[in-house]
Amino acid sequence: MSLYILGMGNLSPQKTWEDETLLSQAFDYQNQMLTSIEPDYEQWIAPQQLRRMSRIIKMGVTAAKMALQDAGVEVPDAIITGTGYGCMADTNSFLIRMIENQEQALNPTPFMQSTHNTIGSQIALLLQCQGYNQTYTQESFSFETALIDALLHGAENPGQQILVGGVDEITELSHVIQSRFGIFRRSLRSSLDLFRKPGKGTVNGEGAAYFLLSAQRPERGRRVCLEGVRTLYKPSQETLLAETEQLLKASNLRRQDIDIVLSGNSGDTRLDAAATAFCKAAFPSSSIGLFKHLSGEFPTASAFALWLSTRIIEHHHVPDFVIYRDLSRPMRNIIIYNPYFGTHHSLLLIRAC
Amino acid sequence: MTAGPIHIVGTGVISAIGNTLADNLQSLQQGRSGIGRITLFDTVHRETLPVGEVKLTNNILAFRTKSKKTLSRTTLLGLHAAQEAIDQSGLRDRLSTLRVGLISATTVGGMDRTENFFPAFLQDILKGRLRDVVDHACGRSTERIADATGIRGFVTTINTACSSSVNAIQLGARLIAAGQLDVVVAGGTDALTRFTLNGFNSLMILDPAPCRPFDAGRKGLNLGEGAGFVVLAPASLCAAERLTPLATVSGFANTNDAFHQTASSPEGRGSFAAMEKALAMANLTAADIGYINLHGTGTLNNDLSEGTAVKRLFGEALPPISSTKAYTGHTLGASGGVEAVFSVLALREQCVFPNLRFETPMPELGLVPQRTFERRPLRHVMSNSFGFGGNCSSIIFSKPV
Repeated sequence: MSLYILGMGNLSPQKTWEDETLLSQAFDYQNQMLTSIEPDYEQWIAPQQLRRMSRIIKMGVTAAKMALQDAGVEVPDAIITGTGYGCMADTNSFLIRMIENQEQALNPTPFMQSTHNTIGSQIALLLQCQGYNQTYTQESFSFETALIDALLHGAENPGQQILVGGVDEITELSHVIQSRFGIFRRSLRSSLDLFRKPGKGTVNGEGAAYFLLSAQRPERGRRVCLEGVRTLYKPSQETLLAETEQLLKASNLRRQDIDIVLSGNSGDTRLDAAATAFCKAAFPSSSIGLFKHLSGEFPTASAFALWLSTRIIEHHHVPDFVIYRDLSRPMRNIIIYNPYFGTHHSLLLIRAC
Repeated sequence: MTAGPIHIVGTGVISAIGNTLADNLQSLQQGRSGIGRITLFDTVHRETLPVGEVKLTNNILAFRTKSKKTLSRTTLLGLHAAQEAIDQSGLRDRLSTLRVGLISATTVGGMDRTENFFPAFLQDILKGRLRDVVDHACGRSTERIADATGIRGFVTTINTACSSSVNAIQLGARLIAAGQLDVVVAGGTDALTRFTLNGFNSLMILDPAPCRPFDAGRKGLNLGEGAGFVVLAPASLCAAERLTPLATVSGFANTNDAFHQTASSPEGRGSFAAMEKALAMANLTAADIGYINLHGTGTLNNDLSEGTAVKRLFGEALPPISSTKAYTGHTLGASGGVEAVFSVLALREQCVFPNLRFETPMPELGLVPQRTFERRPLRHVMSNSFGFGGNCSSIIFSKPV
């Protein structure tokens, strides 16, 4: 079972929209916060609707519309969203007002928009899409579970077009709180140096990437397929290797068929050693690439990696600033391996088709 | 699908009307509502807004679940119900050898602790205890439950607001049907929080008295808290492991009303479609359904919209209908799980539950819900769950054949 990628839309800390190139230029950030490069939202969303939307909803709705436009489709049959943190700005805003106003005279709008499914619901509302609508929130499995659901949905409804996305936002407050957990670099002058300068911690990221997928081979499209997904919660090394084998076997592939592994190393030297060791052990003859210096670390960063993989296959090329180990292979089969904080491991298999 | 139909082989529930399955059944039977005063946290609404609280403190929940009392209440409630469901299934010792998934649902996650963190944090960003926010994310409650039960095969969380748990059960059934998992523990959990209490209060949809779902004089909902989980397994595994099927998951659907962020369309187009598609999947007609456990929140909008859709779909074949939220309050992300367990109870006990405090039918519809606890033969029960964002889900449970 595989799903064809009919279209994609991606807002990220890189210039990933209105541009068919493969990251001609890497954007560098001088702090530990990689926020999305945002379009003029008025080109995508009517002003009266835009007014009420928080940033994460604007990003999600726009990425979704970009994916549909890319595929030349107006309304999908199903909408499946993954978000690790959900609508944090609205949640924070209601929480703060509640505390400050001592639970009196509260504006309901941020509360109404605080549930995680607001992103997928707003897309459904704007498109008048009454089909299957689902939202997952499981840290770095959020987008992956959305894809697993899409693979099931595609098998159950082969003709349907499924809009699947991963969306997360950084807010000022969330960044402050996460910083107190010590998960970000204390001093890093250039985000592009994340893997060149060893240290403790990663850089914060965000993004919204939607993909229009279908089990039916399209007449036009991107000739790239999602073949399979695995999520492994606190797996042993044996389980991780066994599941990798299973994933490949399900698509009749061997380890040596994988051209590049895009590994979700975070830049935290303490965690990256294990991630790199796994990639080298599991895929000794594959190139290895890294992406979190471009996207930042956040629960749905693998959605950025899926976008990147698709472009790599289409351009038959891997940008220099992505390559970690180059074994000069043609780019047909890609594994995205995301070892989020060492506890949540996921694998995505993407192929040219 | 070679695995055969997907059965429910274990159920667990904790709510304002009981800490266990047996307690809940007894309250349902005796018409004992769990709606009362807020005792768990400080709020200015304590005297004015009744709720459905679970009667156990976090300390006691932690003791009973053999876990740390610093866990969020959402986690503790979820673990309590999930453990009961697993115990009833008899699969406790098989969790490490079978391919087992945990699919939970929650809308507030660790908010009960986050709202304790914020007052100090807002004064000084270096203040506030980090252990109060470490479990904020919805998925964390599921991971804590997975850690405590030893489930590793697949772990995820759904948040489609108040329809979340039904979607969790749907995903579980689909993953088993596709042969990806052997067993799934699915359901949902939500604790009462100041955040949700004030949120629903700001929307002016909380009844200052115990709620009256489907009544002409209804004034809104009462919030509740709790958790409900089911253990799903295919017929093939039931035969191999000698498990007792309590009910069969025979049909379900998930649709979107696509009408308004928080209000349902007047004709209930999303809920109508969900019920209709669930019937089609189960290969049943409206006349086959013996009881509908309504979403029935008690708000003006939901009950009229849901009632309109139910009336249009069922017409003359309308079976007994009732909302058990008059007992438990609206447990948000947990409601679909709690009500799935109630639906299985209805099938197991061959009974229907009363819609408490009902007096006068809605003039627009004239629907009269079930008013007494009644034993009657049931083969198929439908349970509805709808949420913010237009998410509508409907699921049908059947007596195993």
